[in-house]
Amino acid sequence: MLEILSRIFGKEASQASKNVARERLRLVLMHDRLEISPQIMEALRDDIIKVITNYLVIDEGATEIAFERGKNSMALVASIPVLKMKRIPQKKDTG
Amino acid sequence: MGEVLVITSGKGGVGKTTTTANIGTCLAMMGHRVVLVDADIGLRNLDVVMGLENRIVYDLVDVAHGRCRLRQALVRDRRFEGLFLLPAAQTKDKTAVTPEQMRELCQELKKNNDYVLVDCPAGIEQGFRNAIAGADRAIVVTTPEVASVRDADRIIGLLEASELRDISLVINRIRPKMVKKGDMLDVEDVIEHLAIELLGIVPEDELIIISTNKGEPAVLNSHSKAGEAYRNISKRILGEDVPFMNLDESPGFMSRMKRLLGFRTG
Repeated sequence: MLEILSRIFGKEASQASKNVARERLRLVLMHDRLEISPQIMEALRDDIIKVITNYLVIDEGATEIAFERGKNSMALVASIPVLKMKRIPQKKDTG
Repeated sequence: MGEVLVITSGKGGVGKTTTTANIGTCLAMMGHRVVLVDADIGLRNLDVVMGLENRIVYDLVDVAHGRCRLRQALVRDRRFEGLFLLPAAQTKDKTAVTPEQMRELCQELKKNNDYVLVDCPAGIEQGFRNAIAGADRAIVVTTPEVASVRDADRIIGLLEASELRDISLVINRIRPKMVKKGDMLDVEDVIEHLAIELLGIVPEDELIIISTNKGEPAVLNSHSKAGEAYRNISKRILGEDVPFMNLDESPGFMSRMKRLLGFRTG
């Protein structure tokens, strides 16, 4: 009985299969594309450090940047020990 | 000077050979000089799909190793003026030819032909590198399935890495009814992820199996929906602006009723 009902109202149930495929595709591509070469990873790390050192004095040797894979997501996780703030001259609004 | 197009996919069984045979046949039908190159050394198939398997004397490896002249290895398709097949060797493996030899071969074929279509083997190893070596353009074939789209994505990355930037996509084996029911990835889902130009959409079609049985490409069959899709793709390759096919060929119950009752249905 339940089966007949779900067949009659089957549209929503089966709607899921495409959506499941789409979500799986999204994740699988995200994982695949993050197979970044060590050189690019190094360049990314250097760029991040370059930006941050405009504002902070950090311990570059102890800085770690890596991708962390969750079940449904992906994160770029950085551990950057801060030694001190830089004194940044406030820019005057020159109009 | 002609153009070399490589038909590739990464995953096997998505329709590279069928796509090569149909586009090639159609371009020849439209009066162009075409050579189909089967780059799947060790597993040749294109000859069978084209119905030319009984006429092979020499093959690609013979040409690459200088055992015959290029002209001697080309099998002429008697159905069309200007359609030729360069078959793969069946008894060698993919290392029998180098990318450099393939590049030279493509250069040579380009001189006297309008289009050289290279049917790439599945995979990303040497067979793939051979097949793309001499190509000016790439056509990536995928089906609306996660595994196939994923492999297509990888292939696109590899093509771009080897400086082949003219890449377009054929989505093969779409089942409009399943898409409508929400049980199959649709065209938008696929292009959204792959982000390359769409060259064509080919519906699943039983006539493809029949045409493969007979060795007569589906573009020759005016009843074949897939054949029609391949004719459109061929025109787009020539630069024509052809609208994408409406795949809703089988109207639902309601629209059939409406039509019976005389309502117009878009």
